[in-house]
Amino acid sequence: MSSPDGTAPPDRPDGTAAGQEEPKIEDLVHEDAGPTPRFEDLAEEHAEHEAELSAEVMTESGPEPAAADPAVAATGTAVATEPGKKMELGPVGHLGDRLFSAFARGSGGLVVLIVAFVGIFLLALAIPALADDKSSFLFSRIWEPGGDQPRFGIAAMFYTTVVSSIIAMLIAVPVAIGVALFITYYAPKRLAQPVAYAVDLLAAVPSIIYGLWGILFFAPILLPVINGLSDALGWIPLFEKPPGDNVGVVFTASVVLAIMILPVVTAISREIFAQTPIAHREGALALGATKWEMIRMSVLPYGRSGVVSASMLGLGRALGETVAVLIILSVPNGNDPWNSSIFAGGETFASKIANNAAEFDSPEKTGAYIAAGLVLFVVTFLVNSAARIIVDRSGPGGRRPRRKRGAGVAQGASS
Amino acid sequence: MAKRIEVSGLNVYYGDFKAVEDVSMTVEPRSVTAFIGPSGCGKSTFLRTLNRMHEVIPGARVEGKVMLDQQDLYASGVDPVAVRRVVGMVFQRPNPFPTMSIFDNVASGLKLNGVKDRKKLTEVVERSLHGANLWNEVKDRLDKPGAGLSGGQQQRLCIARAIAVEPEVILMDEPCSALDPISTLAIEDLIEKLKDQFTVVIVTHNMQQAARVSDQTAFFNLAATGKPGRLIEMAPTKQIFSNPAEKATEDYITGRFG
Amino acid sequence: MTAIAENKPAYDGQALDLTGKSGARAFKNTLATVLIVLAFVIAMIPLLWILGTVISKGYHLLLSADWWSQSQRGITVRREGGGAYHAIMGTLIMSLITALIAVPIAVLGAVYLVEYGKGTRAARVVSFMIDILTGVPSIVAALFIYAVWITIFGFNRVGFAVSLSLVLLMLPVVLRSTEEMLKLVPDELREASYALGVPKWKTIMKVVVPTAFGGIVTGVMLGLARVMGETAPLLILVGYSKNINLNPFNGFMGALPTMINQDRTELALQPAADRVWAAALTLILLVLVLNVLARLVARFSAIKSK
Repeated sequence: MSSPDGTAPPDRPDGTAAGQEEPKIEDLVHEDAGPTPRFEDLAEEHAEHEAELSAEVMTESGPEPAAADPAVAATGTAVATEPGKKMELGPVGHLGDRLFSAFARGSGGLVVLIVAFVGIFLLALAIPALADDKSSFLFSRIWEPGGDQPRFGIAAMFYTTVVSSIIAMLIAVPVAIGVALFITYYAPKRLAQPVAYAVDLLAAVPSIIYGLWGILFFAPILLPVINGLSDALGWIPLFEKPPGDNVGVVFTASVVLAIMILPVVTAISREIFAQTPIAHREGALALGATKWEMIRMSVLPYGRSGVVSASMLGLGRALGETVAVLIILSVPNGNDPWNSSIFAGGETFASKIANNAAEFDSPEKTGAYIAAGLVLFVVTFLVNSAARIIVDRSGPGGRRPRRKRGAGVAQGASS
Repeated sequence: MAKRIEVSGLNVYYGDFKAVEDVSMTVEPRSVTAFIGPSGCGKSTFLRTLNRMHEVIPGARVEGKVMLDQQDLYASGVDPVAVRRVVGMVFQRPNPFPTMSIFDNVASGLKLNGVKDRKKLTEVVERSLHGANLWNEVKDRLDKPGAGLSGGQQQRLCIARAIAVEPEVILMDEPCSALDPISTLAIEDLIEKLKDQFTVVIVTHNMQQAARVSDQTAFFNLAATGKPGRLIEMAPTKQIFSNPAEKATEDYITGRFG
Repeated sequence: MTAIAENKPAYDGQALDLTGKSGARAFKNTLATVLIVLAFVIAMIPLLWILGTVISKGYHLLLSADWWSQSQRGITVRREGGGAYHAIMGTLIMSLITALIAVPIAVLGAVYLVEYGKGTRAARVVSFMIDILTGVPSIVAALFIYAVWITIFGFNRVGFAVSLSLVLLMLPVVLRSTEEMLKLVPDELREASYALGVPKWKTIMKVVVPTAFGGIVTGVMLGLARVMGETAPLLILVGYSKNINLNPFNGFMGALPTMINQDRTELALQPAADRVWAAALTLILLVLVLNVLARLVARFSAIKSK
């Protein structure tokens, strides 16, 4: 070893090739190591070191035979350590490390701050409006903010939002799992990539286009489905069709929402399915499993937590989707009685807020809408918390298979 | 280049679990020292403490001393980053950087530490690839990705990468366990060559390999399951394989050879 | 001959059934295959339908140079002519500002989660907050910025406010995808770099991030795709302008989604309908071009030579 101060060793007994070309790589390596300590500075410290060391060698590594071993000596490698050749082991330019880690930590903290601020600001503006509310905010279906006697409640919006999103999830998740499996394990190799890309493309279509297409082209062909379902299940209020052939209904919105969240759920499921360790898959196949059994035994359990979080992501988007719903859903006439059927119109939180953006003229009115937005925020928060808990419990990558949930997903895929 | 490693009274912990207990040994410069022993006996863990790579694992810590010549690697003020520039490491599975070409892989240690001089880099890369017995195989495709090489070539590339920074010591953690016999042979030849310049420490599960390449052999074992690993015996390789002092060593060696 | 044959040890007489699985299992397997292929077909129908609709109704306006260079200034719903330049620029400017703010925070945040915070309580809190942010609907993000930007600070409705709300939407997308990609980088590469005496931050910058670079770019593009098509924040935070306005801090601004929204109630009028579908196609193309570019970048950066 050449010392950093360039006192190259002429005292190397077996002058090896490395010894000759000794081109001070270390010097280059250490160029950002700050000022190089000179040999003189180190000498004193070094002497102490040496004394300390020899004492230790005597007492602690005494019984080790290696040092005095003749075989090693015979190879000519037992070179006496050159005194004074001190390596540079001090701190190495860690300013970069400190800065970088500070930035990284700062970004993490910023995310926490942002979420906290979203909650705090929305609350701060919603509370005064809520205090003035003359009806039950949570249970009233009336929405008449502003004026002397503001009366507004979210019951109707809440119902429409949740029902439309859940139906969308129920439709989208099984299809998404199917598509993801198709891409990862069924499609011919040459087809898999284009198909994956095509599904991604579905995510690239802006929601306003879904809305337009949904109400103009897709809704008309849903009418027979709506009629069929209401004929068969009309005795349940949920499926009772009001008179007229309105297609701008919750059910239509749900189906379009399902299409919209499909690529999101598919993309994540696909990623996670593809990551199933080959050992898991071959393990299943080696037991004589069919392809489907292999998927049920290894791929689905492995990907379960990923699929759950993907579904939750999809649900979150469905809950908050604004413009597509805004375009599709027909707003019920104020005089009509409220209708719980999925074959009736309605308004979700998001569509209500967007529909009335022009009404944000007084703080009271704005506060009412912000309060509604806050509820939407809380709902998505709860959905995400639930997803988080499920993901955490099943462990990273869902490696700990959980019989029941795995079966649930499996059924989902085949239904 | 090559330094003597002197370890005294080393304990390694993962959290509260003591993985390695009271290891003391001396590794001579310009020699090959092999660590053998059953799986989980702490030999890889111990190896990692020689360049403080164990610190990558959260909760891992060390008691005792590791001296490289007269310098304590665990003294206060010693930076693990600097230690690793002096004590290089080759891993079980070849791990060339996938985003880098063969050239960049070999040059990475220098480049990442700020060397920009192209001529210097070219020189070092060529010398290191020669040193790793890989030059002739890759000299025409230095700009191709390192991941495109065969497993054995990749491992030699990793060795070239390690020696490019001209360390004092090269640690090898089962460098051949993922390779076929021919590639293994190539690596073993290379180890033989490396010891002209470096102190080489190799962990291996393959006892023939230890017998073939090493000058000294250290046998590690567990007292019992759940107990920490210990150094049972360390001696010249010939002696370990012909006339071990400890019964446990003999059992292990003969048990494997049948 | 026969005698010898008879002397051979007898087989147990039970031929192994190597023809296939039992009926029920084979049936299930086939059923699953059919359903999975069916799922794929179902997923493709809306895609082709939407693309077909948008392309067939929108392509002809895109062929004119005016579409790419003119605004809608002074053009009413009943009149043909004009272009989408104002809206395209508005969308690009707002998205670009969003990306400039969101991407550094997201990538560094992901680096924090994977490289620094791993397993700590703080990282779990951050991770949880990202999950919440992931679920924040665009309308809530818009309301939040409205509350801060307009109600509290009293600023005007401008493009920059839209960008701020879009940051909330883009940040978690990019952060999560970056995090996933960083996690996929094998620890062996980090160790290889550490073993060369490379400091942690350089290991991250020069080894970990480049290895994950393709994935990170894809994540950024997915994030951009999400925010480019967002309409709700535009409705609330900036008015639609038919004129060209390139200043995100002053005045209303056109954007493709609001351009669509502007005329969607007038679809009975042919000029308005043409513009709606042409704007829709432009928006899809914009996102698509970015996607393709991202993939090319990812491909060429994955294997770097020199």
